[in-house]
Amino acid sequence: MTEQKTSLSRRNFLRNAGVTAGTLVITSTLPSFNAVLYAAVKRNTKGPWFGIAIDIEKCIGCGTCAKTCKIENDVPQEPFFFRSWVEQYTIRKDGSLKVESPNGGIDGFKQSVPAEEIEKTFFVPKMCNHCSKSPCVQVCPVGATYETEEGIVLVDEKYCIGCKYCIQACPYGCRYFHPDKHVVDKCTLCFHRVKKGLNPACMDNCPTKARISGDLNDPASEVSKFIRTKNVYVLKPHLNTGSKLYYNALNQEVR
Amino acid sequence: MNPEFEHLYQALSKVDGFIYPNEIELSWSILIVLYPFITGLVAGAFILASLERVFNVKSLKPTYVIALLTSFAFLLVATMPLIFHLGQPLRAWEIMMTPHLTSAMAIFGFVYLWYLMIVLLLEIWFDYRYDLVLWARESKGIKKWMYKALALGSDDISPKSLKLDDKLGYIVTVIGIPSAFLLHGYVGFIFGSIKANPWWSTVMMPIIFLFSAMVSGIALVMVLYIVINHLRKQKIDMLCLDTIAKYLFYIIIIDFTMESLDQIHRIYEAEESFEIISLLISGHLNFTLLIMQVGLGMFLPLATLGIIQFYKPEEKLRKLIYFITGILVLIGIFFMRWNVVIGGQLFSKSFLGFTSFKLSLIGPEGFLMASIWLVVPFFILAFLLWLFPPWKKTPVEH
Repeated sequence: MTEQKTSLSRRNFLRNAGVTAGTLVITSTLPSFNAVLYAAVKRNTKGPWFGIAIDIEKCIGCGTCAKTCKIENDVPQEPFFFRSWVEQYTIRKDGSLKVESPNGGIDGFKQSVPAEEIEKTFFVPKMCNHCSKSPCVQVCPVGATYETEEGIVLVDEKYCIGCKYCIQACPYGCRYFHPDKHVVDKCTLCFHRVKKGLNPACMDNCPTKARISGDLNDPASEVSKFIRTKNVYVLKPHLNTGSKLYYNALNQEVR
Repeated sequence: MNPEFEHLYQALSKVDGFIYPNEIELSWSILIVLYPFITGLVAGAFILASLERVFNVKSLKPTYVIALLTSFAFLLVATMPLIFHLGQPLRAWEIMMTPHLTSAMAIFGFVYLWYLMIVLLLEIWFDYRYDLVLWARESKGIKKWMYKALALGSDDISPKSLKLDDKLGYIVTVIGIPSAFLLHGYVGFIFGSIKANPWWSTVMMPIIFLFSAMVSGIALVMVLYIVINHLRKQKIDMLCLDTIAKYLFYIIIIDFTMESLDQIHRIYEAEESFEIISLLISGHLNFTLLIMQVGLGMFLPLATLGIIQFYKPEEKLRKLIYFITGILVLIGIFFMRWNVVIGGQLFSKSFLGFTSFKLSLIGPEGFLMASIWLVVPFFILAFLLWLFPPWKKTPVEH
């Protein structure tokens, strides 16, 4: 009885040692686990990899970004189509929340809650998050929506079949169906300008410089410094979209 | 105001709470409600046919061929609502030509073709080959040539060939069962895999879709069997009808259990989206979900079919009850699809408000167009029953 037990445990020992050694060898070839530093895991690209930063403390809710975007990118003027818009959040003293975005904030805001009831209020500019693990790119059945090597999510309008699956998949409501082109449209981070070394139109026209974009690969870029020095937060981090739109001073109520 | 956007301005005035500004119009409308509904009928009818063929439920024999042809008639139409809802219908073929493999939707074309070509067409052909040869010999005029062409040059009616047909048909059916599961489970996955939408994003979705598909397909064949026999003034095989009703009863129980489990899980976990979904169910979906889907489409049939398992009224009444129950079940499953597709788009992904949906009468996404896509399969079925009358087939023992 004892003998058998010994031989069994020897065999067990050898087997376990083998499994352990094998596991160690295999896992050592894998990249080490990184506690998520930011929502997006950096990519090794030769060129720039774009990210966006918005400082909520600087936003005055003028809506210039949304207005500029429509002009720059020929977005239909009707209040149902937006690549960029601004939301006004008001938290009342009784703890209730009111959110508004009339015409995407293009015409500015009027506070509808009486001043004495307001606990705090702030503006949240919204646009495509240019996610690095984009749900919209994942679901496109023909690959018409894709991420460029610069980390910008685009739609090929000559290729999109207009199934609108990507609109369903985007958790941030950043896509719309273009009424004339009959394809899906979204923020391109002004790709046509960025390619020439210019800033996106919404960023250049923001009077308080509340929004910036730039190269996340370059530690000296303004956007990298912003992320490093402020308490940044992305929208809906639990969905693991790898969002590259970082907000400073984002309230938890914002979705 | 541009009249093109009038309905959107109306919807804008009806927004309840806050929604993202791009969320006013629903991206998927009635046509996408039809898509899972029709696909479900295909899968369900096929599974009923397989019960007879593979699981040897002999009493279901009178409905075997009807179930197969029903499945086929609806499968031919299944893609039409999908293609017509596209912004660029002429680019639809890109899904097949350049599929993007991480997309759940991209695989639909292949699953569909596999099912159409390999499963249904082959199975029906093996089942009918012998008769096609016979009919080609007996018929005259155009029909003769149609049968000849459909027999694909086959002219062998020896007992040996008949045996081979049966064997190959059996193999195809065995492959067909997982394929039917795949077809509809997969349709559920298209919705269930959208993590942005908590009303859709549940691992139960493919399973719920699958069982509700079986429920609707079986109910449809049951209704059709009653109608066809009524029109042909033939006596119904009540044993067959009772057996279908029994299976319908069992599968509604499973379907009900799965859907309840999903809802109980939601309520108990009460995640971030719980409040908005509670409001959705008690408000925007109270009629379509609580009354149509659950009340009329599930509880009532469940109670009726349950009672019939113990107490069987006389044939004529029983037939009427089965007919009404079948229709109720079909309406209930239609509204189940409605509640998934439309319900999932009524609330904002900000979880702070609702948009509204009004079904228009005309237009490519209107009520009339949708009705056409629902009626066309019945005409196809009528044509198939005329061309391949199951009652004129040579009886074969599987």
